[in-house]
Amino acid sequence: MTEKAAMQALARLVPPGSRVLDLGCGNGAMLDYLQRERGCSGYGVEIDDANVLACVQRGVDVIQLNLDEGLAMFDDNSFDVVLQIDTLQHLRNAETMLRETARVGRTGVVAFPNFAHWPNRLSILRGRMPVTRRLPYQWYDTPNIRVGTYKDFEVLATKNSLRILDSFGLQDGQEVRWLPNARAGTAVFHFEHA
Amino acid sequence: MHFPDALPLQSGASIRDYHLAFETYGTLNADCSNAVLVCHALNASHHVAGVYAGQDKSEGWWDNMIGPGKPVDTDRFFVIGVNNLGSCFGSTGPMHHHPDTGEVYGADFPVVTVEDWVNAQARLLDRLGITQLAAVLGGSLGGMQALSWTLQYPERMRHAVVVASAPNLTAENIAFNEVARRAIVTDPDFHGGHFYRHGAIPKRGLRIARMIGHITYLSDDVMNEKFGRQLREGLELKYSTQDIEFQIESYLRYQGDKFSDYFDANTYLLITRALDYFDPARTHAGNLTRALARAQARFLLVSFTTDWRFSPKRSREIVKALLDNRRSVSYAEIDAPHGHDAFLLDDARYMGVMRSYFDSIAKELQP
Repeated sequence: MTEKAAMQALARLVPPGSRVLDLGCGNGAMLDYLQRERGCSGYGVEIDDANVLACVQRGVDVIQLNLDEGLAMFDDNSFDVVLQIDTLQHLRNAETMLRETARVGRTGVVAFPNFAHWPNRLSILRGRMPVTRRLPYQWYDTPNIRVGTYKDFEVLATKNSLRILDSFGLQDGQEVRWLPNARAGTAVFHFEHA
Repeated sequence: MHFPDALPLQSGASIRDYHLAFETYGTLNADCSNAVLVCHALNASHHVAGVYAGQDKSEGWWDNMIGPGKPVDTDRFFVIGVNNLGSCFGSTGPMHHHPDTGEVYGADFPVVTVEDWVNAQARLLDRLGITQLAAVLGGSLGGMQALSWTLQYPERMRHAVVVASAPNLTAENIAFNEVARRAIVTDPDFHGGHFYRHGAIPKRGLRIARMIGHITYLSDDVMNEKFGRQLREGLELKYSTQDIEFQIESYLRYQGDKFSDYFDANTYLLITRALDYFDPARTHAGNLTRALARAQARFLLVSFTTDWRFSPKRSREIVKALLDNRRSVSYAEIDAPHGHDAFLLDDARYMGVMRSYFDSIAKELQP
């Protein structure tokens, strides 16, 4: 989900001037955009060497950390917004990290591939795991070790006492607010801790 | 450069009429904004880059990092290397004469700290007409100086680059230093630090100090890969307790011998003590976050996964304290096999991050 429209849709959830922590920030494009277009400040967290280098190259502050080791480095409520964009599905301790995201940020934004998107359902009905533009991997080599749906996340959020401020689907960079669990390849949740 | 005025030291003592050896590379730009100060660690000097005319093997100790077209590009930056007080590579040290007595300092050379070195470096910058550095850069003990710069003179640099360093030494680290110091001090040739007047050099102590130091700069893996259990000669064991049997023994003895030929015993004591003493959080009840509140620079920290002398954990403590203070900081943890020595070696990821960071500093300069 590197498309500009999707990035802009997510950026709208970040108030101008926010202090932002972007977990799994990739090449830093999102933070770069937030800094330039919305006057935000903050840091990215990345494990991958090439992505860390890309962040340094574009002048985005980046901390090289393995998210599976937790967020002990960050204080409670030390950021206005914590982003987890296409990160959750790679985490072994996805629930712990969700709680950590809520602890460190006053608000959180999580976006991940929605496994209940209709083409995925169709593929499963045919008896095969989906291989799509959004989920381009085979079942045996996918880095997405957590597959979940829009509805699944609602349950997990409730279980962890998160208050959902807004949620919608994203498809081709457009917000999907009607039947997002079936109609969107990406699930987006904006929440705060209770 | 000669400094006649007394420099007050942290211990309460002072030193006057001292000399600082330094080298510069590149050209200071019109608004004096492109200066980069490089701080050295235990066994290094002001000669950070380049070779001396007619001396092929005289590369500076960080020549892979600093020079024309290198990550710290001297075509764009004015780089300053300075030898610290108490060292043995040109600046005033224990082998020089006390201006009051005319005697060689020896053991009477005042104890100097990281903070003292930074103050001395700041005076050098004053004389060079540099009010603000583009960056202060150092690895290991040099990184401690870079960090200390940001606390002692927060307005005098825009960036601080701290590589393979720590906010203080752990007990284990002080312990290694103490073993090295005891090896030197108990050498009969040490003469309480006044060996110069006896025409002696405590080489045995220096050799052992270097051997133990060297072990801690390497990783277990690299040592195994380089030497393993390889015998020095042939395939048969000698069944000797005192002859060199394994390659690693031969290597350590060689390193020790080489070191004892040029390094000063009192300098070794002074520099390891400066390492032990460095602890900016000490005056803040051990709270590093409060200690670093003064810093204003933008930071880059780099550590190496196999460095157990200055482990990534220690760099992360600095990163956390900077995050707590909402300072601009980037942190790269390089998965290199070479232990502490990695900071002096070529690793594409390490060099890439350093190059990119200094590129971004260069972009801020006036054309």
